[in-house]
Amino acid sequence: MITVREVVVPSTTDEAYEALQKNKFATLLGGGGFLRMGSKNITTLIDLSSCGLNDISEQEHEWHIGAMVTLGELERHSALNRDFSQLFKLSVQHIVGVQLRNVVTLGATVYSRYGFSDLITGLLALPVQVKLYKAGTMSLEVFLEKGVEGRDLLEMIIIPKGKTETFTTSLRNSDGDYSLLNASAALFDGNWRICLGARPGRAQLAVKAMEYLNKQSNWNEALEETARMASEELVFGTNSRGTGAYRKEMAKVLVALVLKEVANSETEHNH
Amino acid sequence: MKLNTTINGMPKNLEIRPDDYLVDVLRANGYLGVRQGCDTGNCGVCTVHLDGKSVLSCVLLAIKAEGHEITTIEGVPQQAATIANFFVEQGADQCGYCTSGTVMNILYMEQLVEDPTEEEIKHFLKGNLCRCTGYASQLRAIQAYFNLRRQQKSEGQVPRGGYEDENRKPESP
Repeated sequence: MITVREVVVPSTTDEAYEALQKNKFATLLGGGGFLRMGSKNITTLIDLSSCGLNDISEQEHEWHIGAMVTLGELERHSALNRDFSQLFKLSVQHIVGVQLRNVVTLGATVYSRYGFSDLITGLLALPVQVKLYKAGTMSLEVFLEKGVEGRDLLEMIIIPKGKTETFTTSLRNSDGDYSLLNASAALFDGNWRICLGARPGRAQLAVKAMEYLNKQSNWNEALEETARMASEELVFGTNSRGTGAYRKEMAKVLVALVLKEVANSETEHNH
Repeated sequence: MKLNTTINGMPKNLEIRPDDYLVDVLRANGYLGVRQGCDTGNCGVCTVHLDGKSVLSCVLLAIKAEGHEITTIEGVPQQAATIANFFVEQGADQCGYCTSGTVMNILYMEQLVEDPTEEEIKHFLKGNLCRCTGYASQLRAIQAYFNLRRQQKSEGQVPRGGYEDENRKPESP
């Protein structure tokens, strides 16, 4: 249960950032889904609904997705999903139900760097940039690894356009539950990216496996070895949903699966 | 603090606390068709529409409804009765606690998918838990409802969309 003393609804990110810095107990409100699960006494709740962060906009060379866009909007955006082989739909479709996905926001998920996030695993397969109010623009992988100094707010993510094939999948004990393990892969302008999430730590790129696969001339012969390398280079932990050893074994399966899907799509579209 | 919103087409000015959730505000103001269940955003019984989209009113702080339009099961009596009849025919009513939330989500699905497949119905209804039916009877009822709607539409009786108000447009994109 949360208690809130005061709500402010800034109309710009300047006002929102100022309110955030003014009170160290102030809390940003995205959709409020995760806030609902916890217990917190909040003096000032800063609702970002009116800051102009609600748009998905297609630019000439990139997509801009505002922090207050809901997961439901991402799931149903046909042009965005067309450009990235349904990645957004596939990433969020197992998260509880459509009603929750119409509430929870991209920004709250990404800024909070949740380890369990299905969406972050999908996004990390692409060369996504995050645009923060104070810290500026940086790659998603750097943001996930290092975070930012002080308290900042996410304005949008930026996804460059390119020749893209993607796929993402998850392993769950039951549908709608948190993932036990997530995997995603993309072939973006000829370069492979491979990501594992819900390890249960934050999603990470399997850099060595990516380098190995990028050097291969015959991808299909190298997919199994790449999946093995990805499971070896990342660290897997234990929680109530599964052990680290189980996750490591299943990582080989999921990575091989996502790589095969991407390789098959690439073959289909080029031949 | 004050909440200026529209509920079932009626402008409302309600007194709320900053940490009130929408489900509590609605029930406190007489919209008892909105059920309260898990209070953690998982079961779907509290489903209402915010600007035409299905949302969980137990997750949504009431302040988020400022300037927006809420539709509860009380706002769609004819459609609710039609779907409820199919639920009764198929034995999908049972305790009925989840039915109002499920009906609201069926109406939302109808806005987005004109003629849903079984897979699409399951996808949309995944967020509406039911402890009684095992879902098979619900699925039959929903399919029967959409068969009726398909027939009505082919005869030009109703516009597309769960609301029978032509001003309501399916959300974009």
